[in-house]
Amino acid sequence: MSSHYEAPIRRPLIDGDKSYHDITVEVAAPVEGKANKLWWTAFAIALTAFLWGLGSIIYTIGTGIGVWGLNKTVGWAWDITNFVWWVGIGHAGTLISAVLLLFRQKWRMGINRSAEAMTIFSVVQAGLFPVIHMGRVWNAHFVLPIPNQFGTLWTNFNSPLLWDVFAISTYLSVSLVFWWTGLLPDFAMLRDRAVKPFQKKIYSLLSFGWSGRAKDWQRFEEVSLVLAGLATPLVLSVHTIVSFDFATSVIPGWHTTIFPPYFVAGAVFSGFAMVNTLLIIMRKVSNLEAYITLQHIELMNIVIMITGSIVGCAYITELFIAWYSGVEYEQYAFLNRATGPYWWAYLLMMSCNVFSPQFMWSKKLRQSITFSFIISIVVNVGMWFERFVIIVTSLHRDYLPSSWTMFSPTFVDIGIYVGTIGFFFVLFLLYARTFPVIAQAEVKSILKSSGENYKKLRDRNHE
Amino acid sequence: MYTFSSKLKTLSFALMIIGFLGVAYGFLTTPSSVEDVKVMLQQSHDAHGSEASAHEVTVNEHGSTQAHEVDAHAEHVFHSLKNKPWSALYVALFFFFMISLATLAFYAIQHAAQAGWPVVLFRVMEAITAYLPVGGVLLFVFFVLSSLHLNHLFVWMDPEVVAHDELIQNKSGYLNVPFFLIRAAIYITGWVVYRNYARKLTLAQDNSTDLTNYTKLFKSSAAFLVFFLVTESMMSWDWIMSLDPHWFSTLFGWYVFASMIVSAITTIALVSIYLKGKGYLEFVNNSHLHDLAKFMFGFSIFWTYLWFSQFMLIWYANIPEEITYFATRFNDYKIPFLGMLGLNFVFPFLILMNSDFKRVPWFIVCAGIVILLGHYVDIYVMIMPATVGDQWFFGISEISSVLLVLGLFIYVVFSALSKVPLLAKGNPFIKESEHFHY
Repeated sequence: MSSHYEAPIRRPLIDGDKSYHDITVEVAAPVEGKANKLWWTAFAIALTAFLWGLGSIIYTIGTGIGVWGLNKTVGWAWDITNFVWWVGIGHAGTLISAVLLLFRQKWRMGINRSAEAMTIFSVVQAGLFPVIHMGRVWNAHFVLPIPNQFGTLWTNFNSPLLWDVFAISTYLSVSLVFWWTGLLPDFAMLRDRAVKPFQKKIYSLLSFGWSGRAKDWQRFEEVSLVLAGLATPLVLSVHTIVSFDFATSVIPGWHTTIFPPYFVAGAVFSGFAMVNTLLIIMRKVSNLEAYITLQHIELMNIVIMITGSIVGCAYITELFIAWYSGVEYEQYAFLNRATGPYWWAYLLMMSCNVFSPQFMWSKKLRQSITFSFIISIVVNVGMWFERFVIIVTSLHRDYLPSSWTMFSPTFVDIGIYVGTIGFFFVLFLLYARTFPVIAQAEVKSILKSSGENYKKLRDRNHE
Repeated sequence: MYTFSSKLKTLSFALMIIGFLGVAYGFLTTPSSVEDVKVMLQQSHDAHGSEASAHEVTVNEHGSTQAHEVDAHAEHVFHSLKNKPWSALYVALFFFFMISLATLAFYAIQHAAQAGWPVVLFRVMEAITAYLPVGGVLLFVFFVLSSLHLNHLFVWMDPEVVAHDELIQNKSGYLNVPFFLIRAAIYITGWVVYRNYARKLTLAQDNSTDLTNYTKLFKSSAAFLVFFLVTESMMSWDWIMSLDPHWFSTLFGWYVFASMIVSAITTIALVSIYLKGKGYLEFVNNSHLHDLAKFMFGFSIFWTYLWFSQFMLIWYANIPEEITYFATRFNDYKIPFLGMLGLNFVFPFLILMNSDFKRVPWFIVCAGIVILLGHYVDIYVMIMPATVGDQWFFGISEISSVLLVLGLFIYVVFSALSKVPLLAKGNPFIKESEHFHY
């Protein structure tokens, strides 16, 4: 990598007069300190939501799927909406750590750790839904091709739902490994700094005896690169396979070939929005504003803007082709979205996803932290509605008018969704207190090329 | 400064002349009437008479039952054979135009992304985009000729066809000649305007002391990319998808884009390697080539991803109005249709996986030639089944068309290269790019 020279017009990625030691201390501070009242309050709220969701799940399994708002026509609604939403959010982590690594984006180093944590935790939430939306959860292991006593009764490999099983489980495992290898030097740093024996023991276990020798680093870099190369097609294929759940069907509004790349673009879009939501808070409460700078937020906003535009282009393409196809079912599906009983959901989706990211063309707005925070939430609302609109509006009115119906969720549907949000934040809050939330080893590698103090020093030398 | 070697100039003229003669031959040897086709079909049956092929039996059955069907068949074959030299020319024109256009898109992306590595290649990219106005005018003339019914490529342009086809009638709000030509003019103008503006700015930046030109270029590149995102999709519907006016696919625009961008990057690599071999690009090192080769590798996989997504989804759902597209391609074009997967995916995937190989010029050249061939076949399989159907073969018309446009492309690109210095020295990232090492 061109580490010797950097164009003066590039802005610094680490603000202030930092040394290697400063980075260590500031990254370790949240882990070594004690949780404050704010953290405990947030944790208590998240835990309550999680327990409420757990109750809803147990109630569903105990009583039956009938406690949800589904009906004979709309067999998928909040369950799969939430599943796709969570998987989508999870994609930004891999994008930031893998794709941005392949594109040698140094700014990823301030945010990749938390983005990957977000991936893991949201894929965990996503993984709940395929299981709990089954009528017979206790037979869930039948989706696995395991030799059995039923004359080796096998799975049918033609179903995208089975591909989902492989996609999600591979995605979770690879992301986990990728995340953990990156954590090794940072855990080792915490281990070496720990003064209490218990912490020392824990971080010794977690860091797998990392000692940071030249050979280790060389292999570490190679493994990261290989994993990034593997994770990039993985991240594309996972959401592609999720999109196949719909696109392989013959339902008007579902059967369309643009879904694979468009779902991926939407996933990146919503994922980056979620990263922005989380990091805007985290940089403040964990005092990491020097590492997660305004430039990081601005760049994430630009990614949101680009992917938002791609998603917008896909919406227009779908609308155009629906008209162009001359297939009346297809045309009606889109007419129904725009003017049917769920018009408000469609309008929300359009305004949140297509219009709101366009504000980011303004430099003033994309450099405003408050505005970025609001948009990041708006985008995730919009992306939830995108999945809801695709799933429900296509199902509730399709080929036979005699099967047309409506869908409304019950408190159990909502309870489970709220529960997953709670669970996500439980995990994320615990993570923020126990893990090094910034990849300090990586940030140290760019300090001298992109640190504000070093940049100033270089500029002065040039003059 | 680069000087256009007289050898290469002669080569480009030779290609154009040979190509032109071949194309003219292709046009002159098309059957002049349906009667000729009947005679031709009869002869080919007689020639194969003793073999008693299945094909012949079916035709004979038709012949014995209804003379009318023979006429219809002969007329169909007549149109297909008439279309053949036109289609061959169209494939070649589109192929080189798309290389130039996607180079422009790649160039704009590099500016908008403030990439540090490719600055030393900018002049090469700009030269490749010099073909854009030339190719754009040629394509536009081609469309005007098509709309004057000199060929039957775009069947929806034929009022007689439309009169009997309700599906096309319903689309005529979009698929009508004036609107089609206006759209084509808008796309081409928009692309050429950005290209010329960018070229002007980057040349002005070379001699300026501040970054105003660079900033303008950055902004206009971002604006161009938005314009490109929309117009590229529409262009693919207009220029290619409408050849099969009954068929539609939402992914189509992005799939065409994938084919374009990988061909463009490959061309950038090939031209750079050629110039470096001649000693003109001493600031380009093997790390730059490595990066280009990585893009060739990555976008080859991306193309395959989109190819598979489109194919698999249509195959899986098997809805009659969509499946016909792949059915004709699979039945009549099996070798090119499946062969291009080898050329566009398997070969680059295996060859360009290794990091060391991606730094070896002749390796990149080998992989690049295969990729370009593969994407020519890709465009061929997009266009030909709609225009010539099962009457395709790869003959004088096809090869000559490629030679003709290739000659022109080489002439335009290398003339443009010889006009300005090969280093965009005013770019603020130039030093990063010169020192680039990966």
